[in-house]
Amino acid sequence: METLITIILDGLQYSSYLFIVSVGLTITFGVMKILNVTHASFYTWGAYTAAFFIGQFSEMGWPDAFGFVIILVSAIAVGTVLGYLIERGLLRRMYERDEVLIVLATFGLFLVLEDLILLVFGVNPYFAYQPMALLESVEIGGITRDVYGLTLIGVAALVAVLCWYGLNRTNWGKLLTAVIYDREMSEAMGINVTRVYVVTFIIGAVLGALGGAYIAPTVSVTPGFGVDVIVLSFAVVVIGGMGSIPGALIGSIVVGLMRAVAVHELPEVELFVVFAIMAVVLVFRPEGLFAPAKPRKI
Amino acid sequence: MSRDRTIPGLTVALAVCAIGGYFIPDWLMNQMMFGFARALAILGLLVLWRTGLVSFGHALYFGLGAYAVALLDINLGISDAFVRLGVAMLVTGGVGTLLGFILRNYRDIFFAMLSLAFSMVLYGILVKTEALGSTDGFTVSPPTFLSAAPEGKYPLFVLICVFGWLAAVLVQGYLRSTLGRLTTAVRDNEIRVEYLGYSVARAIHIKYVMSAVLTGAAGALTAMALGQVDPDSMVNWTASGELVFVTILSGPGSVAAPFIGSLIFELLRTYAFELVPHAWQMIVGGTLLAVIFFLPGGIWSLFARALKADK
Amino acid sequence: MSGDPILQVIDLQKTFGAVVAAKDINIDVSTGEVIGIIGANGAGKTTFVNMVTGYLKPSSGTIRFEGRDITGKPPRLVTQTGISRSFQVSQVFTSMTVYDNLLTALAITDSRGFNALRPIQRPDLTRRCEETLVRYQIDQYHDSEASTLPQGVRKLLDIAMAMVSKPRILLLDEPTSGVSAEEKFNIMDIIMGALKADQVTVLFIEHDMEIVERYVSRVVAFYQGEVICDKPPEEALIDSRVREFVIGEEYPLEVREAGSHADH
Repeated sequence: METLITIILDGLQYSSYLFIVSVGLTITFGVMKILNVTHASFYTWGAYTAAFFIGQFSEMGWPDAFGFVIILVSAIAVGTVLGYLIERGLLRRMYERDEVLIVLATFGLFLVLEDLILLVFGVNPYFAYQPMALLESVEIGGITRDVYGLTLIGVAALVAVLCWYGLNRTNWGKLLTAVIYDREMSEAMGINVTRVYVVTFIIGAVLGALGGAYIAPTVSVTPGFGVDVIVLSFAVVVIGGMGSIPGALIGSIVVGLMRAVAVHELPEVELFVVFAIMAVVLVFRPEGLFAPAKPRKI
Repeated sequence: MSRDRTIPGLTVALAVCAIGGYFIPDWLMNQMMFGFARALAILGLLVLWRTGLVSFGHALYFGLGAYAVALLDINLGISDAFVRLGVAMLVTGGVGTLLGFILRNYRDIFFAMLSLAFSMVLYGILVKTEALGSTDGFTVSPPTFLSAAPEGKYPLFVLICVFGWLAAVLVQGYLRSTLGRLTTAVRDNEIRVEYLGYSVARAIHIKYVMSAVLTGAAGALTAMALGQVDPDSMVNWTASGELVFVTILSGPGSVAAPFIGSLIFELLRTYAFELVPHAWQMIVGGTLLAVIFFLPGGIWSLFARALKADK
Repeated sequence: MSGDPILQVIDLQKTFGAVVAAKDINIDVSTGEVIGIIGANGAGKTTFVNMVTGYLKPSSGTIRFEGRDITGKPPRLVTQTGISRSFQVSQVFTSMTVYDNLLTALAITDSRGFNALRPIQRPDLTRRCEETLVRYQIDQYHDSEASTLPQGVRKLLDIAMAMVSKPRILLLDEPTSGVSAEEKFNIMDIIMGALKADQVTVLFIEHDMEIVERYVSRVVAFYQGEVICDKPPEEALIDSRVREFVIGEEYPLEVREAGSHADH
């Protein structure tokens, strides 16, 4: 019974984390048709920035609760600055080119940004445990859990609701849907697609950075820790259906729960199972479990 | 005509390398071994690239080739270079044939993603399985040749050069054949190919298996040259990314390009790592971006220009 | 004309969901015929060609070629049995030169067994390639990249490539669409001249009634997925349903007696 609760909580927590990290990736792909490897850089930069400032402010004697503000501000700042620069500086020049080549270009940029981290923040790990320590722990069904970890679930739910609301209940969402459905038609109808792209990319980047910033207090932030994240979020996004937000949710839950089961019951298959599911989905349902609607053009 | 100079050029290069290799210092010989061994994989990716396909998961075959060598060594004590190489190619050929039945129906980003998934499945198995060396991998004993167990790395170096030459010559012949023409033809227009009575799926399958075997050979030779195998530098997605990167860097223009591009990459990485240990990825990534934006034909296009200016 | 039909289409039917794209199509084609397929946009002409050439699977019905059932076979196998086609939008290898396009087509057609591994530049192929370029009068574009060709030349290349497999039947989807009015007869003359030399049976989709009158021996008219008329051109073009649903009333009737071109 206790194992079961642990698995469920672990699974939900990990799913939430995966969702926050990968929803930005799927939004960017859905709108711009770009599979963005630098998403890992947003994650890493978000984590480093948050960890750095949490440490700094804590030393200056600010209350630990301020850490949550730092996390949010870091995510927005990192996402906006990096997202804007990358969209304007690089992707802008590539939209006409082959989508696989764009993936490679973002891979090149990812490598550059990885080392830029080292130049800015140094090679030593950062520990920003303050927000996590602040929230202490609770007992659920006889199991002790960190409250901070549980808040991940709430944050993910909030992100999901905001995404849903933004896409379905705002004008901006309608513009976005139009661009996703048919870019040329939207342009012809007078939608400023250029601006839609910039804003979309920044939103994706902020979400990526938020994933990193929020997870930072629970881990030691070390060089290269975005490497595994990007490929996991590729798996999530592919399983759910590239470009689909509900898909990212389903993908996160599938991967998160499977991994939690694996970790507790059969640790050898922890990584294997994620990519096996990804492969199986691609083989039998290449558009993903939640394929976004696509117009057929001949 | 300049187009017939590839094979004589490769042959001269082979002779120079084989003879010169006897005199060069060990560090340079190592660099050339790693570079030329990897070039075999690039040769395979080049054929796929010309067909319009980019695999983000060829580390699967690189890893299978390398681990085949390591497992032969550890479990059966087989050290013969030819047996190791042969087994690695058989294994990767077999796996490539099987996966090819699925992958030949995929294009673009889906081809890239499914390749990635398959390679990460292997990675996931390797890092979590103690019997397969887990995250540490294995060390590989130095190769023997038939029954000889020579000192030093020179014999392996010669083997890599000769095998590289052979592969380049074969691929060159292939590219000039009808099957080879079915690279650009498939990339340009699959419908036309089908309506000429040829199966696009079959054409892609053949190329995929070819690239798998070549990448397997690359992995096997690298394992022997390095004396060890490990999942992170050989099977993880970054390893696949590196292979694709070197392919772009080399350019699709010639079967000689992978050898030049791969060697330059090896030197670039080593020197960048020595000079600026915390910025070598930046240099590598920057180079990739520069090539994509300013040199779509890769390093080879610079050579081609120089060769033309020669005449 | 010979006895058994070379192509038999029996009760062919195609539905996309609730839309009926082809209904009860029955056509027998004899060797040597030149058939013009006419009809308004969406009448089912291309659907018909797509079904015969394996691009679409029929919902029901049978297609027989030289007595063999080829219903639902993929394009590759249909081509191998001796049916070829061109496309409304020319399907050529855009990054290759005209010469390489044709050489590639010849080589692929000639790739049974080990031939696939022989060098593509071999005397028998290159000679045939040069001959074909001359026959279709596109040899002056020898080294032009296919993506840069004028529309008419691209059409000729497309048809030349369709013909390298030496088909017994060729289906052309609007061979003159996108070609200027001055050029169209010239292009049709080249095509028909080349096809006649190969004694191939031709079915072509055409919107231009001048072309239909001049080149075909039989007209098949489509309307809403059905064949509404299957007659020689001099009768078909004055058929009341054809005039109502396909050509439009304004097409001059008095030209009609000039049906003399039709059976050349």
